[in-house]
Amino acid sequence: MNVILISVLSLGGIGALSALILYFVAQKFQIFEDPRIDEVEAVLPAANCGGCGYPGCRAFATACVKAESLDNLVCPVGGAPVMEKVASILGKTAATITSTIAVVRCGGSCEYRPRVNVYDGVKTCAIVHQLYQGETLCSWGCLGFGDCEAVCTFDAIHINPQTLLPEVDEEKCTSCGLCVKACPRNIIELRQKGPKSRRIYVNCVNQDKGAVNKKVCTVACIGCSKCQQVCNYDAIIIANNLAYIDDEKCKLCRKCVDVCPTNSIVEINFPPRKTKTETSSNISITEQ
Amino acid sequence: MKTFKIGGIYLEEYKLSAGERTKVITLPQQVVVPLRHYAGKPSIPQVKRGDFLKVGQLVGLADGFVSANVHSPVSGKVAKIDNALDAYGYKYPSVFIDVIGDDWLETIDLTPEVNHTCELTSSEIIKKIAESGIVGLGGATFPTHVKLTIPAGKKAEVLIINGAECEPFLTCDHQLMLEKGEEIIVGVTILMKALNVKKALIGIECNKNDAIINMKKWAKTEEGIEVVPLQTKYPQGCEKQLIEALTGRRVPRGGLPVDVGAVVQNVATTFAVYEAVQKNKPLIERIITVTGKSMSKPGNFWVRIGTPLSHVVEQVGGIPEDTGKIVAGGPMMGRALFSLEVAVAKGTSGLLFIPSAEAYRKKVENCIRCAKCVFSCPMGLEPYLLMNFGEKMLWEEMEKNQVLDCIECGSCSFICPSHRPLLDYIKNGKVAINNIKINSNN
Repeated sequence: MNVILISVLSLGGIGALSALILYFVAQKFQIFEDPRIDEVEAVLPAANCGGCGYPGCRAFATACVKAESLDNLVCPVGGAPVMEKVASILGKTAATITSTIAVVRCGGSCEYRPRVNVYDGVKTCAIVHQLYQGETLCSWGCLGFGDCEAVCTFDAIHINPQTLLPEVDEEKCTSCGLCVKACPRNIIELRQKGPKSRRIYVNCVNQDKGAVNKKVCTVACIGCSKCQQVCNYDAIIIANNLAYIDDEKCKLCRKCVDVCPTNSIVEINFPPRKTKTETSSNISITEQ
Repeated sequence: MKTFKIGGIYLEEYKLSAGERTKVITLPQQVVVPLRHYAGKPSIPQVKRGDFLKVGQLVGLADGFVSANVHSPVSGKVAKIDNALDAYGYKYPSVFIDVIGDDWLETIDLTPEVNHTCELTSSEIIKKIAESGIVGLGGATFPTHVKLTIPAGKKAEVLIINGAECEPFLTCDHQLMLEKGEEIIVGVTILMKALNVKKALIGIECNKNDAIINMKKWAKTEEGIEVVPLQTKYPQGCEKQLIEALTGRRVPRGGLPVDVGAVVQNVATTFAVYEAVQKNKPLIERIITVTGKSMSKPGNFWVRIGTPLSHVVEQVGGIPEDTGKIVAGGPMMGRALFSLEVAVAKGTSGLLFIPSAEAYRKKVENCIRCAKCVFSCPMGLEPYLLMNFGEKMLWEEMEKNQVLDCIECGSCSFICPSHRPLLDYIKNGKVAINNIKINSNN
């Protein structure tokens, strides 16, 4: 009986003492963490993709709570609805977000840009890019080995086995920008999604002279500036033999699409045209 | 026999064109002279469209320190200055010259007599080499005058002439030593004078016995030059390995050969130095080996810089029928070509036709941890580990494991029984790390 009593008392004593020490230590080293961080994190998509520029959703939530205004803080995955929720938790106003989407600016499928040699080394774009120009003669365009596909955490970009070009799944793409960073040739760009997902862009990044790249790829931009002349909104810039459509200025009038002699300007998600113009845009990409 | 201590592999030699006397490739209709032959800035064009040029006339002026002059290899009219594909498939500014006759500049001495006396001082020699646009002809094409300019506070003690030619198939340096032994020795004395050193070592692998005998014969005529036979082992021709083999000194990590008092020059470069200093002839032609197992007549050829490879192929009898891959350079460090429309550059040491049966890579299998790559690496690295990091893009880890020491000799990829693409990932890692460094410096 005595033995039991001693052991209970001594163990209990040690326990009480430890609890006391722990209590004071906890008081001494207490870290105050804003409870709103947890709340903000709960509404974030928990994708931890890094698209916002912070390492993971919690870091972004912390940044949101600490920041004075939410102007430069955008969760590209959640978009406007999530940022509004975050703003309502924090009592701040969310920045206006234009929803963007990844756009692959190369139209050189096997049909338009034939492959002239066989690469049988490691199948990643990064290695091929530092090694040579690639299997086609275009040293600017898509290599087709799918670094973008490998890096996408949302399963939103895939290499089409027919064209050997990446295609973006509009439903799944969150415009986190991982593929933009992964592409060694800077072909992928985040562009405005546009009203009803309608977009017009130059489907080429080749900066060679027109005469040179016409031989290499039949849908390359040759920098002829016809689109620039026809544009009423100054939305088209020609630099380094390449047209670029500024998505902030573009009013989606589609005049440039009609005049492009190489069909390198493409329109997406527009309704089919009336019979007269339908023939001229025979390569316009329809909704996937 | 001497050799380097760490790593290295023994390769089958396939020196099919050994002892073939050099022939001259006739002039093509048009040459494309790249203004960028080396890891450096492109030179600034000094001619314009429609200009008539003579052989040896300056075409591109060096821009900055690590850059070299470019001279016209032919006489003719400048057709255009435009971007042209190099062997890597990227476009760089080049001068297109339509060949008219073969009219040399009067200042160039074309007599075959060997001129032994050189009255110039050290700095005059280096200036002349810089003017002549000489770059390392072993393949790295680093400007020679930069190598000869010893940084302040360091001192060169020994000049090392690289006649190892450790790559299989290639025989151009071998043939040069057989035919131009006397000139090379004069070149060595000029380089010794430029560096102000009293001792020169010529390292030649023992599979080139006739070259060793020939070079020994000529080396006796001058003081301080010693010909050293080396064991045949790859990559003995790499600068750091050659220094270790000949002097026993090891270049410190991240250091230059001059840190251990050595300066290394290739035999072809030495010959170019001789021609530049004694004959006033800039670097406008080089010797290349055209070879392959299925070629009927492999050989060594003198070819003007800028000659399209398609013209070279035509002159040597066309592409063998079963060719699957054409490599510019040797089989180990050369580069597979995607087109024959690229021009011979200063660093093109050979053209190798690989039969299609051997042209493709074998299936990649899992690493079996045999450590053959570790034993073969001449720099003492762990290629399997670097590849693992490379696959996961862990650049910092790669750098911690000294990936930047890699000399890209390819021994690891060659020896791997699972055919793993070790060097591909290592090279990629090196580029990525260097890019990160450049970006952080800006």
